[in-house]
Amino acid sequence: MGLWDETEPVVVTGIGLLTCLGIGVEKTWQGILEGRSGIGRIQSFDPSPFPTQIAGEIRDLDPETYLDPKESRKMDRFVQLGAIATLMAMEDARLKVTAANAERIGLCIGSGIGGAFTWEENHTNLLNKGQRGVSPRFIPMMIANIAAGHIAILIGAKGPNLATITACATAAHAIGVAAMTLKMGLADVMIAGGTEAAITPLSLAGFCSMKALSSRNDEPEKASRPFDAKRDGFVMAEGAGILILETLSHAVKREAPIIGLIKGFGMTGDAYHLTAMPPDGDGPSRSMKMALKTARLSPNELDYINAHATSTPLGDPTEVKAIKAVLGPDAYSTPVSSTKSLHGHTLGAAGAVESIICLLSIRDQILPPTINLEEPDPECDLDFVPNTPRKATVETTLCNSFGFGGQNASLIITKFDRAHL
Amino acid sequence: MADVMEKIRDIIVDRLKVDPSEVTPDASFVEDLRADSLDVVEMVMRLEETFDITIPDDDVEKLRTVGDAVAYVERRLKEKAGV
Repeated sequence: MGLWDETEPVVVTGIGLLTCLGIGVEKTWQGILEGRSGIGRIQSFDPSPFPTQIAGEIRDLDPETYLDPKESRKMDRFVQLGAIATLMAMEDARLKVTAANAERIGLCIGSGIGGAFTWEENHTNLLNKGQRGVSPRFIPMMIANIAAGHIAILIGAKGPNLATITACATAAHAIGVAAMTLKMGLADVMIAGGTEAAITPLSLAGFCSMKALSSRNDEPEKASRPFDAKRDGFVMAEGAGILILETLSHAVKREAPIIGLIKGFGMTGDAYHLTAMPPDGDGPSRSMKMALKTARLSPNELDYINAHATSTPLGDPTEVKAIKAVLGPDAYSTPVSSTKSLHGHTLGAAGAVESIICLLSIRDQILPPTINLEEPDPECDLDFVPNTPRKATVETTLCNSFGFGGQNASLIITKFDRAHL
Repeated sequence: MADVMEKIRDIIVDRLKVDPSEVTPDASFVEDLRADSLDVVEMVMRLEETFDITIPDDDVEKLRTVGDAVAYVERRLKEKAGV
């Protein structure tokens, strides 16, 4: 399939993760293996006027523990989360930026929404105090591309610097585009992923008006329930996921720990509706097929699918249909789970958070569960790894992310095995 | 007028995250306190708010050190009081 599979393999050498389940990769993974929900009543503001009062907030985080206070103050929360996840991932990858390698290390870090907190604070100041109440930092703190730019300043990386912005597919696109950047020889290392911190009154109100969110306020931990008959919408969550991607030769040369392979990438557009998927799941299924083709894999070779499934009445069965269209009868014997049941929907970070979960699944040979699956929707009849994690052979995984605008991305993430290259 | 110095020091420490001991009258915002152009604009906004004065852009250029800012604010406060 052209250049993707003819060019140098791209490997993952480090991961960094912050979710409502915990700060750091292992704390989040521990929460997943315990089948614990990270969803609770919103604490950062009073949610009582809203029909939805729950979300997945990252609690007890003092950014200044990780970041220079002077720099931290100039960052919206979404940038802080992305910066902390980057530092964690670089440590994991034992990656140091030096004068010799700086121009060959780039960043592709997106956000679905950007600096929501900063936007609202400055808008309030505009209404109360006029133009002079708006901070000179408003624009550079709020724009959704700024995480990649600001984090580059922190670490000194001078290679390609960009951001994808494709709503809930942002981070999956970021990883795929970063891998292409490496394959085209434009850099040796790309720091890729997504970050989101958009639980603010205005965004909550907007998603509430769309009737997109669960309003199971009395049982927050049961609100995110993909594929379950009683699901009533998604749950917004904060999160950041960062992966250190490298060309295989660069990783081998510097003796970096290799934890997985970005084996395939697909992306398609629905050209159908601003927010709804086409009923037959055409765009998503073509995205998965393209990813399999770039990876030169057959559908029956997949050991696990981390679904986009956000717990909305329409989206989940459509993805099931799309998976069936790609896998055929093998769909019934391939485990599929939605870890959004545990960590909520991290929007622009989802593709990176969930790619990291695929890598951990491969590392520990455990399938992460879909929790809150009490009574499956008859239209959702696959093996969703219900409620408890499961030991399994996991070497080849698929991670789906579908964004508003009909923007779909699928990644194939596999075990790194030099013998198979 | 020690009060003005104290308030300005608080603003600088809060905005620039420097140690209070660095905020001396001779300290230059850009060279010594490592402020960038946006920091300067933010500080001017805080000065305007704190002392209820308006600082024209032409005057901002003259505020190079902490001492410049203190003297400027003191003069403007006197003018405002009609002294």
